[in-house]
Amino acid sequence: MRMLKAKHRETLVAYLFLTPNLLGFLIFTSIPVIVSLGFSFFNARLAPWPQVLSGEFVGLGNFIKLLGFHMQDGAPVANDPKFWQFTGNTLFLMMVIPFQIFGSLILALFMNRKMKGIVAFRTIYFLPTIANGVAIYLLWQWVYNPNFGLLNSMITKFGEILNLQLVGPNWLSSEAWAKPSLMLMGLWIVIGGHNAILYLAALQNIPKDFYDAASIDGANPWQKFWYITWPMISPTTFFITIMAVIFGFQSGFMQAYIMTRGGPNGATTTLEYYIFKNLYEWHHVGYAATIAWFLFVVVFLVTLFNWRFGGKHVNY
Amino acid sequence: MKKKSEALLHSKETRKRKETLGRLAVYLVLTIGGISMILPFLWMISTSLKEPQAIYTFPPKWIPDPIIFTSYIKVWKIVPFARFYLNSIFIAFAVTVGQVMTSAFAAYAFSRLRFPGRDKLFFAYLATLMIPYSVILVPVYILMVYFRWIDTYKALIIPAMFTAYGTFMLRQFFMTIPRDLEDAARIDGCSLVGIFWRIIIPLSKPALATLTMFTFMASWNNFMWPLLVTESVEKKTLPIGLAYFQEVYQYTQPDWSLLMAGSLLAVLPVIILFVFNQRFFVEGIKLTGIKG
Repeated sequence: MRMLKAKHRETLVAYLFLTPNLLGFLIFTSIPVIVSLGFSFFNARLAPWPQVLSGEFVGLGNFIKLLGFHMQDGAPVANDPKFWQFTGNTLFLMMVIPFQIFGSLILALFMNRKMKGIVAFRTIYFLPTIANGVAIYLLWQWVYNPNFGLLNSMITKFGEILNLQLVGPNWLSSEAWAKPSLMLMGLWIVIGGHNAILYLAALQNIPKDFYDAASIDGANPWQKFWYITWPMISPTTFFITIMAVIFGFQSGFMQAYIMTRGGPNGATTTLEYYIFKNLYEWHHVGYAATIAWFLFVVVFLVTLFNWRFGGKHVNY
Repeated sequence: MKKKSEALLHSKETRKRKETLGRLAVYLVLTIGGISMILPFLWMISTSLKEPQAIYTFPPKWIPDPIIFTSYIKVWKIVPFARFYLNSIFIAFAVTVGQVMTSAFAAYAFSRLRFPGRDKLFFAYLATLMIPYSVILVPVYILMVYFRWIDTYKALIIPAMFTAYGTFMLRQFFMTIPRDLEDAARIDGCSLVGIFWRIIIPLSKPALATLTMFTFMASWNNFMWPLLVTESVEKKTLPIGLAYFQEVYQYTQPDWSLLMAGSLLAVLPVIILFVFNQRFFVEGIKLTGIKG
């Protein structure tokens, strides 16, 4: 009898502890996920004033508009060509991810030794991650200024040394260079950040004996890396890759908003920015929710794919 | 015999020389990389100290002539920068206190107490970690509109006070605290609430500090949400204020000296916070692996 009472009391206490967070979780996370899916079946719009939602049930209409094609003059044309352009932009910008991961690994390999001043280096490389935000994007907008920016003045200077007339591109305002500019900046921001620290921790966890044994067998540094280090850090690589891909699909809003307004000609608008525009500028709530849910499904499938096929090559 | 030892000595010496050389190479590479990390920041400082006409000169000078601090004074006058600062501090503080508290409570229930449905509920929490932010953003924004919370501090603070991430992180940490301590306390008649306050919380200070830091920084740098829910200038946070500053006064012919001064003022608090609390960052990243 007393045991039962104690058990009941534990349940009661547990729910008391849980209530504040659970309420918030229900109202601001889990119910919205479902509501969001609901929105995607309506052509819901938010009237500017009085701000009320209106719209009819359209079934899969939003999804057909987003993903479908129609025939025009005998050729298939996307219902929403912008969506495909922005999807392409998002994927293009994600091509910096391998460079970021590889860069962080190299940096971690360099920093993985007992040397004076290593903490100072770690701090310096981590600074862009810490300062990441509007200030950094403003700074890089100025760095990329075609006439007076840091980068182009360095390029010109370099040209003078070589006795060449080098003229840097227009970076952010050039359709060809806008994406590579953002990617270079992304590399600078991420390289010494979270991933480098995770790699450093993984490297420090590899037992020294492995390397000693390999030395006795006459392995060269490259062999040591390939047969010991790389397999031992593969769980970290796997984890970092999955997280980078999940975040990559959702990224690119703030930089585009501050630096390019998504231009030139939509060259830097990502899916996240498209969602924002639909919601905030055009008040197409239903369509915004549809794109968001599409993003969710893609992220889910890619992660699942990573788990199934990437997971096999991971050595624990 | 003598020859052999000489050869051994010789090889030892070359190995030592090789090691020093390798060390030097590592320093060299790290320094070159470090310079490219620092250079944009120096450029930021240099620009912020220039006269307006000195900004648009070619080639640019690294050391401004003359060095002037007027931008740092003008920034506060042109836009209500002090107000942005106060808003950011107040919101980050409130969100952090709320999030750390609700997360710690929930994490205690998930890690230490038994109740029906616990594991299923925790799985639901975990599952939401993978959902893109925008999926949740759309309905919560509409909710704010219907609550008439747009352009209030409520919208900026309350939805950010509850996260699955904080709960998950603290739960992982609470799980590592040995149960023996708790059992001993129970035998001594300590209540479940007492165990939380007197055992779990004091032993989790590092994890709580890490979550505090991550939450504070995330709130400080948050952009899309405050952009959506603020309208008046008085409610803007620093990042939104900076963007507004750029948009309204600076988009056509920006005064980069002003913009850089404002940017520097915006990042300085977090950089200082980081430099003095590095340890917590590194530990936090290792603990969860997830970006804060």
